[in-house]
Amino acid sequence: MGNVIDLDAKNYKSLLKNYIETQDEKFLYRAEQISKSFLKNNILPEEIVNLHMQALDELYPSLSGEFQRSMNFLLETMISYGLAHQEFQTLREEQLALKSQIAVAASMQDTLLATSKPNIEGLDIGVISVPANQMNGDYHHFIESNDGSIGIALADVIGKGVPAALCMSMIKYSMDSFPENAMQPKSILENLNRVVERNVDPSMFITMFYAQYQPKDNKLHYASAGHEPGFYYNAKRDKFEEIEAKGLVLGVSLDAKYHQYNLHINKDDMIILLTDGVTECRQGERFIEREEVLNVIRDHAHLSAQEMVDRVYKYFQRLQNFQLRDDFTLIILRKDV
Amino acid sequence: MGTQSCINIQKEWDIVGARQLGRDIAKKIGFGTVDQARIATAVSELARNIYLYADSGKVCFEAIETIDKKGISMIAIDSGPGISDISLVMQDGYSTSRGLGAGLPGVKRLMDEFDLISEKEQGTEVKTIKWLR
Ligand SMILES: Nc1ncnc2c1ncn2[C@@H]1O[C@H](COP(=O)(O)OP(=O)(O)O)[C@@H](O)[C@H]1O
Ligand SMILES: [Mg+2]
Repeated sequence: MGNVIDLDAKNYKSLLKNYIETQDEKFLYRAEQISKSFLKNNILPEEIVNLHMQALDELYPSLSGEFQRSMNFLLETMISYGLAHQEFQTLREEQLALKSQIAVAASMQDTLLATSKPNIEGLDIGVISVPANQMNGDYHHFIESNDGSIGIALADVIGKGVPAALCMSMIKYSMDSFPENAMQPKSILENLNRVVERNVDPSMFITMFYAQYQPKDNKLHYASAGHEPGFYYNAKRDKFEEIEAKGLVLGVSLDAKYHQYNLHINKDDMIILLTDGVTECRQGERFIEREEVLNVIRDHAHLSAQEMVDRVYKYFQRLQNFQLRDDFTLIILRKDV
Repeated sequence: MGTQSCINIQKEWDIVGARQLGRDIAKKIGFGTVDQARIATAVSELARNIYLYADSGKVCFEAIETIDKKGISMIAIDSGPGISDISLVMQDGYSTSRGLGAGLPGVKRLMDEFDLISEKEQGTEVKTIKWLR
């Protein structure tokens, strides 16, 4: 540090002299570069004021005592800035360390919660799930059963970041432990509700939608625990309808019961499941209308389900100036045959 | 080793007296303008803590010397309520200045050596040294 400031001190003095004599912009440009070098080498503001005092003293020894004392005064007022600068530096390093820890946690989460899109004849599936921050508080999971049906779980922890993500791992591992015969949407939600009620802080809420699709009879069975309603696209009538399903948010009441609904699906019909990160996209102060999601889906309906969800995501990402406010998960199922 | 010069801290004005004494001794030892200002700021922080939290106490200075270096030692002692969680107050951002660099972590940065001993209900002793470079 001493060397840098000695080296820059010589430079500083000659630049200062040149500038005072010529007022040429190029010396100010050099001053800007010196200031960057000071910053890079952690030279504090009081040291720069001191450097300035010394340079002036050497260049113009006859400057008044009043002026020199005023520089002393200025130096004194810089001390707190110097301290604040050092503290910011430390905090910045700590923040970087935290960020990299969270990155490790996030990649662990990705491994823990990994799920793969099932390959079902005649069913085109598209999924996208993007966290607003590093860790995702949305969770989706596909389960293929021996009877040929698939289960689709979609959950959203109210809240973001690390606590939400921890909560999601719990949901996933509880679901894994349920016996095959308890894989009905209604019983899954009832079982999970008990797990959440017993294990999660009451200030934390989890909404969940669970659907089971049976390709044999083209039926979708589903139940919802206070989750953002999805949509059903009826191809014959070319209309979107809200998928209505009532049910308490998970963890509120130990013996909550869930109602199971079902829906018959025909060729080209779509099921659209989402989290509120999709519908609560905001453009400035304006919340988007749920309709807007449907319009974007409609605009891309000629594409595959995966391309559709990707396009919808890109659309809303741009609408929000590329800064998601909430975790964003969108699933589209379309019956192809 | 020089002799200790102390100043009692009771009123807010005593902080100014402590700064002045610290600066004078630092100057005599040979510290430059920048270090004088840093030492004075450290004195302020410690004296102000005595004034705010302990009602009364004192700040003592001494010129110190080893075989190869000279420096100033500053000790702030009070018999106030003490600090129960020292690690907590030494964290950046804990001081009431909230992330503006001041407080005890600031004193640690301004000086070269820093030690703090505190016992609940018995008082606090902060010992710091700055070496002349
Ligand atoms: N001499 C002291 N006696 C008792 N408590 C103290 C003393 N000095 C500091 N403290 C405690 O430590 C805290 C942090 O002190 P400091 O870092 O100087 O920041 P600030 O004075 O701005 O709060 C104070 O709020 C006070 O509770
Ligand atoms: Mg203080």
